[in-house]
Amino acid sequence: MATVDKSRVPWWVSNLIVPLVNLTLALFVSGLFIFIAGENPFEAVSLIIYGSFGYIEGFAYTLYYTTNFIFTGLAFAVAFHCRLFNIGGEGQAYIGGLGVFLVAINFSFLPVPIVWLLAVGGAVVFGAAWAFIPAYLQATRGSHVVITTIMFNFIAASLMVFLLVDVIRDTTQMGPHTVALPEEQWFPSFEDFAALFGIKIRYSPLNISFLLAIAASFFVWFLVWKTRWGYEMRAVGHNTQAAIYAGISPYKNIIIAMCISGGLAGLLGVNEILGVHHKIVAGFPAGYGFTGIAVALMGRNHPIGIFPAAFLFGILYQGGSEVTFDMPNITRYMFVAVQGVIILFSGALENLFRPQIENFFVNRLNLKAKA
Amino acid sequence: MEFLSDIASLINSTLRISTPLVFAAMAGIFAERSGVIDFSLEGKMLMAAFVAAVGSYFLGNPWLGLLLAIIACVSLSMLHGFASVTYKGDQVVSCVAINILIIGLTTALAAAWFGQAGLTPTLNEDQRFLEVNLPFAESLRDVPIIGTIYSDILSGHYIFVYLAYAIVPLVFWVVFKTSFGLRLRAVGENPSAVDTAGINVFAMRYKALAINGVLIAFAGAHLSTAVNANFFREMSAGRGYLALAAMIFGKWHPKTALVACLLFGFTDALQIRLQGVELPAIGEIPVQLIQALPYVLTVVLLAGFVGKAIAPNAIGQPYIKER
Repeated sequence: MATVDKSRVPWWVSNLIVPLVNLTLALFVSGLFIFIAGENPFEAVSLIIYGSFGYIEGFAYTLYYTTNFIFTGLAFAVAFHCRLFNIGGEGQAYIGGLGVFLVAINFSFLPVPIVWLLAVGGAVVFGAAWAFIPAYLQATRGSHVVITTIMFNFIAASLMVFLLVDVIRDTTQMGPHTVALPEEQWFPSFEDFAALFGIKIRYSPLNISFLLAIAASFFVWFLVWKTRWGYEMRAVGHNTQAAIYAGISPYKNIIIAMCISGGLAGLLGVNEILGVHHKIVAGFPAGYGFTGIAVALMGRNHPIGIFPAAFLFGILYQGGSEVTFDMPNITRYMFVAVQGVIILFSGALENLFRPQIENFFVNRLNLKAKA
Repeated sequence: MEFLSDIASLINSTLRISTPLVFAAMAGIFAERSGVIDFSLEGKMLMAAFVAAVGSYFLGNPWLGLLLAIIACVSLSMLHGFASVTYKGDQVVSCVAINILIIGLTTALAAAWFGQAGLTPTLNEDQRFLEVNLPFAESLRDVPIIGTIYSDILSGHYIFVYLAYAIVPLVFWVVFKTSFGLRLRAVGENPSAVDTAGINVFAMRYKALAINGVLIAFAGAHLSTAVNANFFREMSAGRGYLALAAMIFGKWHPKTALVACLLFGFTDALQIRLQGVELPAIGEIPVQLIQALPYVLTVVLLAGFVGKAIAPNAIGQPYIKER
């Protein structure tokens, strides 16, 4: 493999060109899957674009999915900077949703904006608590966080179904879900916002949680790159031995990184409970936690990268539902496979063409400089 | 007497339920002893289940289905090697990618080829593995104790169950008693020393991954062409991770990993047995909580008894040959 002097590679080559090449490869392989499933990949692409951009409600859906992926992408990224693989976003989001609901229903006597603040706090605390046990076990006992967080996903799923069936179920209804929150607590939706300007649009799940996601991105950027704690955490992730030598406690940083990660995943519950369902329905995290892994890896674990990556997955999800509607041979699982391919190419195989691409640009720039 | 037959049926199901875990744990030992993390056991098991069921449905022979499953799993292992050994990508990321890819792809293809439910067609008797009755099982059934042990516990399992327990001593022999095993362990502990001795580190890791692929294929085929007669979505249900936990709990050693697998199998068998049963003093435990038992046990085992798990020294690090 050719080696390149990293300092001479322009930032836009390693942070834009290489990820785009990897993404193109991933989409090419995904096209092959759609072909194997017996459908036309080009038709699928045009359906995806129409579904996610073609009409206002479709675009609102795209942004709604983007909101969820920003939360779970940021969650994975924060832990990853400490070299921790938090695969448990799914379970943390589920429990985070429980926090939102319990806070909102129990403090409904307070003014609505305060309930919202408390509910966001509830999501963070519950999500963080669910990440705390795997974090503690990783820090003190060396139990690998990948296995424990996966186990906590299964345990969260069992626990929530138990709660929804036996403890907090709306007993007047058949399905496993809770009672609805009072209507004044529901987050203002995109529909309400458009109505202010006299524009009438049909239902879409987009709500002000989108702004919360943007705020969370700034928070993560500030925390990881602009604070002393963020520096310590990255030091532990980069070289644990050196960090210990510099007096940084890996124990403390592992636990804090995982708890913040879990808290961010828990925010998914705010979007789903306050913004969309207004109650807890069984299985509401619906795989968003896992998609966060792909989003974070594609966005190179930086909020500036995570936003476009989350938007891309929003397009894939919303456009994908258009595809599953029109193409009988394609189910939503095809887009789970697409996620896997994207993780493979932009995560594990990111070095596949990197040296060649970097070399190519470094040589060209050298020629220009000489001429 | 009813108590005795209860115990017999519990042990019988423990042996059956542990089978895929044993194959997966042995597969994991090969990969991880060579220094390659393998969280993708879960995805490979699912892939094997899918390919075995589809192959056996179209070709009419479960052995051909198993063969295709082996080819599929070895290919996935090679993909993992290509990303993490040759291209030095992150091993955990590669595994996560494979797992998510396979969860999606198997269900998507099952739905595309066989209808929206994502199930493969039910296999008939010629297309699946059947229970093997050991010789004289019927005639010995009435002999006290020996009859129970032989006819009710040992006889009447699928071929994979016998294979799984036969393979454990074989794995022990290969890993600890042959020169291949010595090299395998050395590559996982200190690859640069092995390289100095003139052994190709990359080739050793690929060989280990190939064996890993063959072994995990048996686990998947057991699920879809023996215990069940079709593939359904996410049918591996976390078994790959349980097996990995069992392997770590067993300190990357076949014999102790086997014990851990049996413990998991027993918990699962007990879990099924306890559903809807009134327990003295506690009453009936809700079914959802009982089902979480194996997962809780995994966390407890990894945390409590194993102490700090001492993994092979070079695990997770791509080997970079010095120039």
